[in-house]
Amino acid sequence: MKNNDIAISVRGLTKRFGSFTAVDGISFEVRKGEIFGFLGANGAGKTTAMRMLCGLSYPTSGTGTVAGYDITRQAEDIKRHIGYMSQKFSLYEELTVSENLTLFSTIYGMSDEEIKVKAAEVFRTLGMENMRNSLVKDIPMGWKQKVAFSAATMHTPDVVFLDEPTGGVDPVTRRKFWEMIYKASSEGMTVFVTTHYLDEAEYCNRISIMVDGRIKALDSPQGLKKKYGAENMDEVFRIVAKDARRGN
Amino acid sequence: MSIFISMIRKETLHLLRDFRTMTVVLIMPLVLLLLFGFAISTEVNNINVVAIVERHTDDTRQMLEKFRVNPYFTFQGIATFNEVEPMLRAGKTDAAVVLRYDGARLCHQIIVDASNTNTAQTATAYIENIINGNLEIPIITNTLYNPQLKSAYNFVPGIMGMIFILICAMMTSVSIVSEKETGTMDLLLVSPVRPRTIILGKIIPYFLLSCIILTLMLLLSYTTLGIPFSASVLNVIWVTVVYIILALSLGLFISTLASNQVTALLISGVLFMIPVIMLSGMMFPIENMPVILQWFSCIIPARWYISAMRTLMIQQLPVSYIIPEIVILGVMTVAALLLAIKKFNTKH
Repeated sequence: MKNNDIAISVRGLTKRFGSFTAVDGISFEVRKGEIFGFLGANGAGKTTAMRMLCGLSYPTSGTGTVAGYDITRQAEDIKRHIGYMSQKFSLYEELTVSENLTLFSTIYGMSDEEIKVKAAEVFRTLGMENMRNSLVKDIPMGWKQKVAFSAATMHTPDVVFLDEPTGGVDPVTRRKFWEMIYKASSEGMTVFVTTHYLDEAEYCNRISIMVDGRIKALDSPQGLKKKYGAENMDEVFRIVAKDARRGN
Repeated sequence: MSIFISMIRKETLHLLRDFRTMTVVLIMPLVLLLLFGFAISTEVNNINVVAIVERHTDDTRQMLEKFRVNPYFTFQGIATFNEVEPMLRAGKTDAAVVLRYDGARLCHQIIVDASNTNTAQTATAYIENIINGNLEIPIITNTLYNPQLKSAYNFVPGIMGMIFILICAMMTSVSIVSEKETGTMDLLLVSPVRPRTIILGKIIPYFLLSCIILTLMLLLSYTTLGIPFSASVLNVIWVTVVYIILALSLGLFISTLASNQVTALLISGVLFMIPVIMLSGMMFPIENMPVILQWFSCIIPARWYISAMRTLMIQQLPVSYIIPEIVILGVMTVAALLLAIKKFNTKH
């Protein structure tokens, strides 16, 4: 462990599928407790890059560490120190909210006692004590999203990966969701979030913009706006991604 | 709670809460057994027979009495030549027996409605049997293992061969693929859970479900369907357990090939169900198939399982008679399981 302040560090991370280079030698660092936005159009390589960081996929070349562990050699150690929320708010639909939280906490090695305490706290904070025994398939999208986030963070991971966590929910719910992200970050978790809502990019401490498998820009939202002389992130994105050949 | 237990619990809850699927899965095997056992019967009962008798003697009277008391026939009485054809044409009778004297010798003729060849052949055979009983040197036929030629017996191994492929292969593959679709599989793969725990957590509930179904099917077979009960039931059970594990491994393997539930269903349906029904010997005897199909049937697990089950359940022979089948099923199981686990573990 070289640097105690670094949660994620990546050098020349590359992923090829045959002749197609999905991720083309990206390098960046994420500080501990930071909310790091990972932006890019569909097909820019965001999800592929994130899957390599989570240990779901091997890099073709390049190195990196997540939570202090090497992504190629210590994938199993990484798994114990991260949380992951997929873009579909994946949960077990036929299980109750409480059963889902218990399942994922158990998987991450929490004891029954810890889970009980932590789950009670989660239900209180979210104000969903009345829903704890509802089947996940019966609760509204916005609540599902909150439960999925709680399931990914119950074990207080060092880094939590959020793959487009706000797709398909209304603006008010999105706003509330970002409050949860801030809270997690204030508790010391590093948040790595992909999104294509550009207004959300403003909420991040720093953002990177991926275009055609490469990182084209990386700075704080203010820094990027200043650099490109733009009013808002939407404009920044359009300038940075104007030469994109992939995605839409 | 250990990770392993919680994975099994999750899968079991998912299974139990899907009430409709559970009902279908538990009831379908029994319905199929009863349907094949009773409704779809290849025995021919109640054959309508008329007789045309030229001259009544003691011999002919004796013969007619035999038709009258035989449960397979409905004896409709005596008719004349002219009446028979319209009766056959109208479907009012299935066969006519002509008893005629050539000098002092009694001659027989059978006229049969062959619009359904199955019924016609069976009816002819039955009638010949009765007539032959009157010959001086009767032919003695010994039907071993299934003396009453009950077709219910014959279908039990076939249905079992089909049901376990259906439930194990289809249900496991669909349930794993649906986790891929909903994204929960990614959550598991990102977590510290080992792939083998994921696989076992998936398989064990389906294994237990299959064992419950096996119990129900055996109960039904040995009671309602009347398969003779003997010590061979123990062999039936363990060979079936091997077959269940094989089917589960195939399901796992399918799940690594398919990316969505429809594909998984199609693969298990087309690749497994149809060959099982057509080529396993469940319905059509393998010996009657073209040689190429006979070879092809060798790679179908159900063929070996069904053949083993026939030996064990119907012939009631000891295990030493099905060693080839057991070896082949064993090799297939190990191969399928290794292949499935290897494919499942592969990251990209």
